[in-house]
Amino acid sequence: MNSPPRQSPLHEVHVAAGARMVPFAGWEMPVQYEGIMPEHKAVREFLGVFDISHMGLLAVASSEPEVSTKWLDGLLTNNVASLEVGQGQYTMLLNETGGVIDDLIVYSKGCSEYYLVVNASKTAEDYQWMLDHQPESGIMFADVSGSYAGLAVQGPDTVAAFARLFGDDVTIPERFYMAEISTPHGDVLVCRTGYTGEDGFELFCKASDGPDWWQRCLDAGAKACGLGARDSLRLEKCYPLNGNDLSPERSPLEAGLGFAVDLHKDSFIGRDTLLRQKTKGLHRRLVAIKQTQKSPPPRPGYAVYAGDEQVGTLTSGGMSPSLGVGISLAYLSIDHAKVGTPLHLEIRGKRFAAEVVKKPFL
Amino acid sequence: MNVPDELKYAQSHEWVRVDNGDIVTVGISDFAQAEMTELVYVELPEVGRSYSAGDEVAVVESVKSASDIYTPVSGEIVEVNEALNDNPSLVNSSPFQDGWMFKIKISDAAQLDKLLDANGYKDSISS
Repeated sequence: MNSPPRQSPLHEVHVAAGARMVPFAGWEMPVQYEGIMPEHKAVREFLGVFDISHMGLLAVASSEPEVSTKWLDGLLTNNVASLEVGQGQYTMLLNETGGVIDDLIVYSKGCSEYYLVVNASKTAEDYQWMLDHQPESGIMFADVSGSYAGLAVQGPDTVAAFARLFGDDVTIPERFYMAEISTPHGDVLVCRTGYTGEDGFELFCKASDGPDWWQRCLDAGAKACGLGARDSLRLEKCYPLNGNDLSPERSPLEAGLGFAVDLHKDSFIGRDTLLRQKTKGLHRRLVAIKQTQKSPPPRPGYAVYAGDEQVGTLTSGGMSPSLGVGISLAYLSIDHAKVGTPLHLEIRGKRFAAEVVKKPFL
Repeated sequence: MNVPDELKYAQSHEWVRVDNGDIVTVGISDFAQAEMTELVYVELPEVGRSYSAGDEVAVVESVKSASDIYTPVSGEIVEVNEALNDNPSLVNSSPFQDGWMFKIKISDAAQLDKLLDANGYKDSISS
């Protein structure tokens, strides 16, 4: 358990640039360069680049198309068979009781090949779970995370920056599509996705090419950003963080992620629970909470009160750099989940007024 | 890193300015504000309350984390910097002037002698 943290292929670049490095999901990653506020602002207003080399990359292939597609469709909540070549899809890997093991993006490479982009902290667990549920033959499955560096370029200037990086002749992939691009600087995989709520793409390249691509992104106008801004950006858009907002005890329906679940599929692990929840109705939901009174920043673990009764604890929380107020997420019973429900958060023994608001915050 | 010579310092990164008589002003050092990064909230102590040296009296919060602030000397809080309620970033931009936190009426002046001088504090943050 106490093995030293893994380092990104960009580690030396971060340290040389004066980034503040912190342990994150078994990795040592930059939490910020200049500061979370200016980095957050850069992504909302212009362009930022994040090192996402800690994300896991799992490769799936089979000689017969239906073998790998069927296998993934039996494990993932969304409809893998519906993917066009080059298309990606937000989906979830569930346990038998419908709880979330991980949320991820699956990309179809064509010819029955898939890429799965998974959370850093869950890569080993996902891999083992999938191995344990693998058909006896016909599947090629590998954790190829260590071979790649990942960069997320995010912000309203994305399209122009892509042209600066790849030239006008290369077309940027459509939203949720990927493209394999050959360049004089090596081959890259570009996926038009992100975790900030802004336009953007995620670029995967050979690990040794990572520092050069990072520099090219900076030269294309992106501000170097750390995981701190990534967290505040995703929270404003109510994108769940696995381990905080998603857990093996909560289903995707409770987390409000029904759009990534296809209950019309024949079967997948966890489907029975989701079907039951859908039929009988949910008891709890992940709700967005906004402070209505000046308060310290809400943080995960703080108690949520309705009147004198504690009705939940925060799974995520922070001061929204864009809104200047405390925002948070918590699982609350249906009785307290309605927009407008008045609540209080307890912070260091004092209670501060808040209310349930519509998702997302921004 | 700015460490003004005329101030005294606690190991826990607060500075103390002896203004006049038995009232001292307390804030956090340039080193501490830089470590905590951009502050978004400051919880100040209550005026009129008495504390012992080393007590937690305030909390400063950045986007990512909360840090306790301790009083370097015993005494009664006589004034707090209300400007920090609306503008906590004053601690970042002006830690030794506009970003001061509270004034405390010291009950035992001898405690001042136990604090570090500028050189002693510089040594403590460089080690």
